[in-house]
Amino acid sequence: MNETSAIVILLAAILTNNILLTNFLGICSFIACSGQIGTAVGLGTAVTFVLTMTTMINFAIYHLVLIPLGLDHLTFIIFIAVIAAFVQFVEMFVEKFSPKLYFALGIFLPLITVNCAILGASLFMIIRDYSFLQSVGFGFGAGIGWALAIILMAGLRQKMRYSNIPQPFQGVPIAMIVTCVLAMAFMGFAGMVSIQ
Amino acid sequence: MAQNRQSACLPCGKGLCGGKGLLTLKDGAWTNNPLAIQVLGICSALAVTNRLENSLVMGAALIFVCVGSNLFVSLLRKYTPHRIRMIAEVAIIATFVILFDQFLKAFYWDMSKQLGPYVGLIITNCIVMGRAEAFALQNPPVLSIVDGLANGFGYAVILAIIGFFRELLGTGKVMGYTMLDGQWYTPNQLMILAPGAFFALGVIIAIFNWLKGPEVEENK
Repeated sequence: MNETSAIVILLAAILTNNILLTNFLGICSFIACSGQIGTAVGLGTAVTFVLTMTTMINFAIYHLVLIPLGLDHLTFIIFIAVIAAFVQFVEMFVEKFSPKLYFALGIFLPLITVNCAILGASLFMIIRDYSFLQSVGFGFGAGIGWALAIILMAGLRQKMRYSNIPQPFQGVPIAMIVTCVLAMAFMGFAGMVSIQ
Repeated sequence: MAQNRQSACLPCGKGLCGGKGLLTLKDGAWTNNPLAIQVLGICSALAVTNRLENSLVMGAALIFVCVGSNLFVSLLRKYTPHRIRMIAEVAIIATFVILFDQFLKAFYWDMSKQLGPYVGLIITNCIVMGRAEAFALQNPPVLSIVDGLANGFGYAVILAIIGFFRELLGTGKVMGYTMLDGQWYTPNQLMILAPGAFFALGVIIAIFNWLKGPEVEENK
């Protein structure tokens, strides 16, 4: 078990080991939903919440159920089931108690099940052998980092609408190139904190 | 016409796939290439392509999972209630991913370590899910296998291309053999780091767009 404090992991997950820009997780919805800043903020919030909660639930299930029973080869299938069930649950809960929030987030919630950042964070937590507090820090940080990246990207793409892009590069390719520049900018944080 | 189709499908024997085999193959691997044209499943395409070897293993993994899950989703398509089809698909896909993961852990431990969580992440790869949902649910098993093979292959080839150029430009080597001599070529470390991945994929997609010409945009 590594001894890094949860706060350091939180910071590292946001800046130096950004789950989107260095681990490439959640790119699909990042490319598809980064057209508008409002949309990006909604999706970012939803992902942060689900990411934090599922990391905690998956940590508990992995260490309290799967390991004692020697069922760790079922990790993937259990994790994805937990994530799908949790997203479904959140959707029903939000719909019942806060219809306003439901209409703001509604369409993004089902998308989150197939967002690989969620499953990826749970798998990283297992591979890096985090304790409970570290997992919470990592899950929350990864969510914030993802939200930060998609909001920055949405801002850039809104500006880009007025630029004259060569035809083959229009759409996804230019988004990739811009992400490349964004990733380079984030590399500037590299020396600050690091996690493994 | 039917005669023509039959002869077009000779490689697969008796035309089991109803003569649509080659068409499906071309559609998956080229016209509707999952990675370069539809831009699905790019997470893993970016993450594992820092070395050609990793790219090849990942491509093989996707072909295996895609063929396997397409076959079983197709076999069970008449018995799966419509409302729970998603969770059934995810369960089938996860099963094949676990099989491949356990295989890697047993025989290629180093590779398993290098790929890390990305093998497990095939479960959330939009290509596999997309093919199961869009193709295997409506088509017979043999045709679904062909479709899985074609899409997996289309993915694997693009992955190999990206992996080749990133390793070549980033380290000057390919599969451990020195290709670009250190005396006149300084390896560009950026290519094996994160930004290089985004750049390489962006350029590859742009090249595909350019090859296909402007009519792609109109079709969309």
